[in-house]
Amino acid sequence: MTIQEIQEEIIDEFSTFDDWMQRYEYMIELGKSLPIIDEQYKVDDNLIKGCQSKVWVHAELDDDKLVFTADSDAIITKGIIAILIRAFSNQKPQDIIDADTAFIDEIGLKEHLSPTRANGLVSMVKQLKLYAVAYQTQLK
Amino acid sequence: MIETSLDIAAIRKDFPILNREVNGQPLVYLDNAATSQTPQQVIDVIVDYYHNYNANIHRGVHRLSQEATDVYEEARKKIQKHFNIAKSHEVIFTSGTTHGINLVATGFTSFLKKGDEVLVSAMEHHSNIVPWQMLCERTGAQLKVIPMNLDGELVMEEYQSLLCENTKLVFCNHVSNALGTINPIKEIIDAAHEVGAAVLIDGAQAAAHIKPDLQALDVDFYTVSAHKMCGPTGVGMLYGKEEWLKKLPPYQGGGEMIAEVTFEKTTYADLPHKFEAGTPNICGGIAFGAALDYMNHLGFDAISQYEDELIQYATAQLLAIDGLKIYGTAKHKTSVISFNIEGIHPYDIGTILDKLGIAVRTGHHCAQPIMDFYKIPGTVRASFSFYNTKEEVDKLVEGVKRAKSMLQ
Repeated sequence: MTIQEIQEEIIDEFSTFDDWMQRYEYMIELGKSLPIIDEQYKVDDNLIKGCQSKVWVHAELDDDKLVFTADSDAIITKGIIAILIRAFSNQKPQDIIDADTAFIDEIGLKEHLSPTRANGLVSMVKQLKLYAVAYQTQLK
Repeated sequence: MIETSLDIAAIRKDFPILNREVNGQPLVYLDNAATSQTPQQVIDVIVDYYHNYNANIHRGVHRLSQEATDVYEEARKKIQKHFNIAKSHEVIFTSGTTHGINLVATGFTSFLKKGDEVLVSAMEHHSNIVPWQMLCERTGAQLKVIPMNLDGELVMEEYQSLLCENTKLVFCNHVSNALGTINPIKEIIDAAHEVGAAVLIDGAQAAAHIKPDLQALDVDFYTVSAHKMCGPTGVGMLYGKEEWLKKLPPYQGGGEMIAEVTFEKTTYADLPHKFEAGTPNICGGIAFGAALDYMNHLGFDAISQYEDELIQYATAQLLAIDGLKIYGTAKHKTSVISFNIEGIHPYDIGTILDKLGIAVRTGHHCAQPIMDFYKIPGTVRASFSFYNTKEEVDKLVEGVKRAKSMLQ
């Protein structure tokens, strides 16, 4: 699936929820199901700045696609990064760089999360895109 | 019901913001340690200033300037009286506690040398750590830490043994913003004076709950922020003993703080203006005075008695939640309950509470050394004011339970 198609799928899933409780419970579930990052990558160099909780992201190339793994010490944050990874992992770096991120607004994440967390969310997207830029350069 | 001489329902009507909703729920404001809300009486004073006598002070010959000067200086006297300060020129208007601390820390640069020692408590806010670290970097003096125990109380025996003839300054907060501990500042001040060291007490967190008698404390410097005691942000007070304020060099140069200026030499104005360069926060200072009027009208004895009962009730209710641990269990504490639930990140709890309209603080509360001491990433901090109610405590407790069941 393309990033666009995955994002539409996520928007569809979130549109079935009536209230914030369901939305958050779903995010918590997603957080719990996030594939655990290899311990060796949970180092300070992989920490994303701008989040109140700790978020580690690791990226590596699988052929011409970029694969992300991540973890956080806060479960809701883990849910958010799980959503982002679902949208951006296993994609070509150039596609990640070009991807639109409006779906975050559409699923009510940016609007409904507190400002500091919203900043964290912005930092996470930025970090995923930075990895894509770095690996795109490597691919060339 | 909590027994109190205060009419809490009537008091709540003074605070328009308490009527608003957050995320479709009535606001439960429990972040008073970060900033307190503002009563209509203080808002009215702010509006009146801009409606009727907004003018620059001290230099104008015109009527508005004189009126503004009079009311501003009257506010200084209110602060003097509230804190029982001997002379009104020992009251320096600042932009807040951080400004007051930096003014003193910068001023002491010329008094310290290599080999001197400054003591700071283990439970300080970053704003009462960093300026002293910077001072030590400038002067070569050494920063030493007064340790605390697991209850969040300073170890006074250790403090005594740290004090020596090299000790020049001691810094400590009156009440810890992260733990709520009320520190034994009289004992700290007296012991420091025995070795000839000066003491600065950061009163930011105490001032909304305790009315300190600064002459009886014999403290050298004491500093507060108006916004933590029903006043506006951007204004505060630094008290300094006259002898110290005369010795300290000016902090900033500019208008207001000069006596005479030529290109060869400037002579400085007398106290307090020597430390009040530029146009001050005139309206803020006046509103600070109004905030003190408001709180004194309620009475600090009644306020602290009510808040103590509220916090005791909240402590008992929260501790009944399985896995909840409170950080800061000092015998003497006020206003703050810092806690975590085993296995849950404080940030997750804060996020769910926000969805329920409950405002708390999560994180390290600008006191990272305390979090390192307990080896935790942060806490959830509920902080109380006299306008909070038992029902709001119940909502907090219900909210925490709900967050726990969602997150575990």
